[in-house]
Amino acid sequence: MLKEILNFISVWTLPLLVASILLCGVYAKIPLYETFIKGAKQGIGVGVKIIPFLVAILVAIGMFRASGAIDLIAQFLAPVLDKIGMPADVLPLAIIRPLSGSGALGIMSEIAGEYGGNAFVSKLAAVMVGSTETTFYVLTVYFGSVGVIKFRHALIAGLIADVAGLMTALFVSQAMFL
Amino acid sequence: MLYEKYLKLNIIFLRKVKKMINYIWLFFIISSIIIGGFNGKIAEVGTSMISSARLSVDIAISLVGIIAFWLGMMKIAQEAGLIDKIAKSIKPVTKRLFPNIPEDHPAIGTMAMNFSANALGLSNAATPIGIKAMKELQKINPIKDTASNAMCTFLAINTAGFQLVPATVIGILAATGSNNPTEIIGPTMISTSIALITAIIAVKLLEKVSKLPQGDEEC
Repeated sequence: MLKEILNFISVWTLPLLVASILLCGVYAKIPLYETFIKGAKQGIGVGVKIIPFLVAILVAIGMFRASGAIDLIAQFLAPVLDKIGMPADVLPLAIIRPLSGSGALGIMSEIAGEYGGNAFVSKLAAVMVGSTETTFYVLTVYFGSVGVIKFRHALIAGLIADVAGLMTALFVSQAMFL
Repeated sequence: MLYEKYLKLNIIFLRKVKKMINYIWLFFIISSIIIGGFNGKIAEVGTSMISSARLSVDIAISLVGIIAFWLGMMKIAQEAGLIDKIAKSIKPVTKRLFPNIPEDHPAIGTMAMNFSANALGLSNAATPIGIKAMKELQKINPIKDTASNAMCTFLAINTAGFQLVPATVIGILAATGSNNPTEIIGPTMISTSIALITAIIAVKLLEKVSKLPQGDEEC
């Protein structure tokens, strides 16, 4: 049942969102094609800009995997990881996610590059990246912008939300993709 | 510029986080060389250094098309005023989350706009709006160097990162040969919603325990 509902959401969100954005554009009487091109032009910049981040992370994680370190972690933490059904490959991702957005995206790319976009572990990594935000970055930027230095309970609440998001990602992905 | 001001502030916290990432990165590379050496896999480690560097460019290049499409769509959404429309529709919920802020205070509308920009994945638009919301909240914050309850709630929601379509991630799956990259949208939406709900519950519970220096009532 959950599977059908989620599949329905997955299939319909993008087309419906595109349709409603275009209709909103028609209603607001803006030149659709020109506006689209204006935005799409930025895509090239974004694609090129992420290369240094990807190189840094993919090389580090690629080396880490090639050395057999991930297998070591898997062996060492097997009792815990097996119990919750978490592949050892996504463990570094779960740790990096609250710290660095580009880092998390890099690790996810490395996993997808290694196993292919159809593998369970790649889909799981993708859901994990989308499940939450880079807590430390958000707090630093927003509190920094107004000079607040005592964060009180914001950090703990943000990290609790990260754990909840990442764990849900794991369980929902297992239900959906296994 | 807001960003420049933020960079100037350069609080200790940011430095600490940056240092942490430096150490993590160093750890991955050095430990791969040591572990690879012991495992007799040092040749693979060297090869992987080269092939991973290549792979990252391949992925980035195949991402350009999807990112460009999405940014084009988002430009239309932005210019058509979709952020305001969503913000208006979620305003009743926003008001409830911040019971101590007057209903017509500009902070409420700005926070709703920040949330809707984030939900659409417009992080470039969301950050300046969010900073504006923080400034509004700072105006009614009695202790200027300490986060108010409203700020904590706003940022906890923000760190949950609710997003309708994770476009970049879908692009990476597509670039690495996925047959159906959009199938992660449903599961991602559930996970990020759970993160959002957890953030709200956690921040509201912690609010009661986390005392303010002077303990007086505030917004």
